[in-house]
Amino acid sequence: MNPLESATLSSPALQDQPMIRAEQVEKWYDNNFHVLKGVSLSVNRGEVVVIMGPSGSGKSTFIRTFNALESYQKGSITVDGIKLSHDLKHIEAIRREVGMVFQQFNLFPHLTVLQNVTLAPIWVRRWPKAQAQDGALQLLERVGILDQAHKFPGQLSGGQQQRVAIARSLAMQPKIMLFDEPTSALDPEMVREVLDVMRTLAKSGMTMVCVTHEVGFAREVADRVVLMDGGYLVEANTPDEFFNHPREERTQRFLSQIL
Amino acid sequence: MSPNPLRSQTRLAWIQKNLLNNWFNSLLTICLGCLLVYGGVGFCHWALKSAKWGVIPTNLPLFLVGRFPADQYWRIWLLAVLLAGLSGCTWGMLASAAPRLFSPFNLVAVALAALTMVLFPLPEGNGVLVRGTLLALLLLLLATSWIAYRAHRGRPALARWLSPAWGLMFLVGFWLMVGGLGLPAVSSTTWGGLLLTLFMSLISIALSFPFGVLLALGRQSTLPLIRWLSTLYIEIVRGIPLIAVLFMALIMIPLFLPGNWRLDLVLRAILGLTLFTAAYLAETVRGGLQAIPKGQYEAASSLGLNTPLCLGLIVLPQALKISIPAIVGLFIALIQDTTLVSIVGLFDLLGMSRSILANPLFIGRYAEVYLFIGIFYWAICYAMSQGSRYLERQLNQVK
Repeated sequence: MNPLESATLSSPALQDQPMIRAEQVEKWYDNNFHVLKGVSLSVNRGEVVVIMGPSGSGKSTFIRTFNALESYQKGSITVDGIKLSHDLKHIEAIRREVGMVFQQFNLFPHLTVLQNVTLAPIWVRRWPKAQAQDGALQLLERVGILDQAHKFPGQLSGGQQQRVAIARSLAMQPKIMLFDEPTSALDPEMVREVLDVMRTLAKSGMTMVCVTHEVGFAREVADRVVLMDGGYLVEANTPDEFFNHPREERTQRFLSQIL
Repeated sequence: MSPNPLRSQTRLAWIQKNLLNNWFNSLLTICLGCLLVYGGVGFCHWALKSAKWGVIPTNLPLFLVGRFPADQYWRIWLLAVLLAGLSGCTWGMLASAAPRLFSPFNLVAVALAALTMVLFPLPEGNGVLVRGTLLALLLLLLATSWIAYRAHRGRPALARWLSPAWGLMFLVGFWLMVGGLGLPAVSSTTWGGLLLTLFMSLISIALSFPFGVLLALGRQSTLPLIRWLSTLYIEIVRGIPLIAVLFMALIMIPLFLPGNWRLDLVLRAILGLTLFTAAYLAETVRGGLQAIPKGQYEAASSLGLNTPLCLGLIVLPQALKISIPAIVGLFIALIQDTTLVSIVGLFDLLGMSRSILANPLFIGRYAEVYLFIGIFYWAICYAMSQGSRYLERQLNQVK
C-alpha cells in the first residue's frame, strides 16, 4: 500500500479516537524556561493541522513531543491509542508510526538517496532488501527524484533533499506525518516543489501536523490552523475563520505582521 | 628530445621568485644551500669511507626475526607470501575506482624496492635464493593487485570478502608464529627484531581500536555509571606515561594473577600498549562523535532506529571517517612507542640493536645500526600515512 495514495487504517475500534490527543502539556527546559504552558490539541484521523506562531512560541517543541524527541513534565499525550510515557518500548513503537520531516532535512550524508530511504524499512521493519528497494523507488518516483536515486545527498539541491527526506519518512508507512518548518531552510524557488508533495500527501488522507509559515498552503490544505504564542495555544480554527475572522486579538496582530 | 624551454624557464622563474627575490632571502638561500651541501658531502664521506656496514648483513636475521629458530623460517616466508597476496588484493580493490592501477609514483617505488632487493648485501650462503624469493614476493604483490583490480571492476561484491580475509589472516599469522595444531611450538622469547615490532604493533592496533571506540561511546553514554567509569579510565591512563604503564603490565600483572598463571611477556607488553592507546583513541573518536550534528541522531530516532542501530549505521561511520587522520597519527605513534618495550627486556627492533651493539665484535657501530633501523621505522610509518591518505581519498570520492 502506498502512503501517498491512501493512508493506512487501523482497527475499527480505534477509528473514532483522535490520532493524537495532547492534554494540558507542560514542559520546562533544563534552565527552567517554561516553554509549553498547558497546551491541549487533538488531531483526528486524516486531518491536516497547521501550527503557526512567532519564533520561540514553542510550536516546534510541541510537535516534537508527539514522537518523543522532546520530553514533557505534565499533562498527557496519546498517539494512535498508545500513551506516551517514558517507557522506551512505547517510544520506539510510536516512532515507527510517526514520520518526521525536519527544517534542515537531516539526510544521512554518507548514504545514497536510495540507501537513505531503504535504511529504516530494512533495519527496523525487517523487510527483505528487494522489497524495501521497490517501495523506495516507487516513493522516489512520486516525489519526482527517481533519477537521483544513486546520488549522495550533498549532490542534490535543498528542495530535492527535502523531498528525499519526505520519501524517507513515508517509506516506513507511517500513520502520522510531522513537518517541522519543512520549507524554512529552502531558497524561495524551491519551496513550491516541496509544498506540492505535501499537498498531494494531504489529499491522500494522511494525518499531518505541520509547523510552517506558508499561508497559502495553510489556507488551501489545512483542516484547522492553530496559533501558538509564548507557550500557549492561542486559537484553533478553520482556515477561513482563522485568516478572515480571527477570534483573538493576538491572532489579528500576528496576521497583520505576516500578511 | 630537447627539454621544454617554457618549463625550464618557469622553473628558473620559480627559483628567482621564491628563493632569490631580495638580498636577505638570497643570502639565506645561499647560506642554507652551503650548509646542506656541506652536510651532504660529510654524510656521503662517512657512509662510503669510514662507516663499517658489515654489522648489518652479518646480523640481518637478528634484525628481521630475532632468534626465531632457523629451521622454522619457512613459516615466516609463508606468512610473507600470504601478506603480499592479500595486500595486493586489497590495494587492487581499493584502487578500482582509479583509471590506472600503477601510477608513475608507484612504479618508481616498486623499482626502488626491487633494486634494494637485488643490491642489498646479504650474509654469505643462499643469497641468490633469498633475493629470488623476495623478487617473487614483489611480483606476487603486483600480480594479485592487478588481478583484483580487474576482478573488482567486473564484480564489486568481491570487496566484502576483504575484512573477513584480513581477520583470517590475523589468525593464520598468529598460528604460524606461535605454532601448535601440528606445527612445532615457537616460544615468544625467541621472537625479536622487525618481526616482534610488527607483531606487537599490529595486534595492539587491532585490539585498541574496538576498545577505544567502546570507551568513546561509553564517555558519551547517558547512563551515568558507564560514563563515569569510561571517563575515569581515560583520564587515569592519559595521566600516566607509557613507560609506567608498560612496567605495570610487565611487573605488576603477574603479582595479581594466581601463582600458577604465567602470562606471556610479549602478551603483557601488548596488553600495556593496547590499554594505553585505547585511552587516547577514545578521545580522538570522541572528537569525531561530537562533530556529528544533533539532527542526525534525531532523524535516526524519528525513523524508529534504536541506539545501537543509530550508532552503528549513522553515527560511527561518519565519526570514524572524520577521525581517520588523527587515528592513523595515533597508530604511527604506537608503532614508534613499541621501542619502549626494549627497556623492559624485549628484543624488538631497537632492543635487538642494543643487544647487537653490546657484542664486542660490533662495539661502536651505533651510527650504522641506528640509521639502518631508523629507515625501517620510517618506511613502516610512511607507508601507513600514505595508506591512510589513500583510504581518505577513496572515502571522499563517495561523498
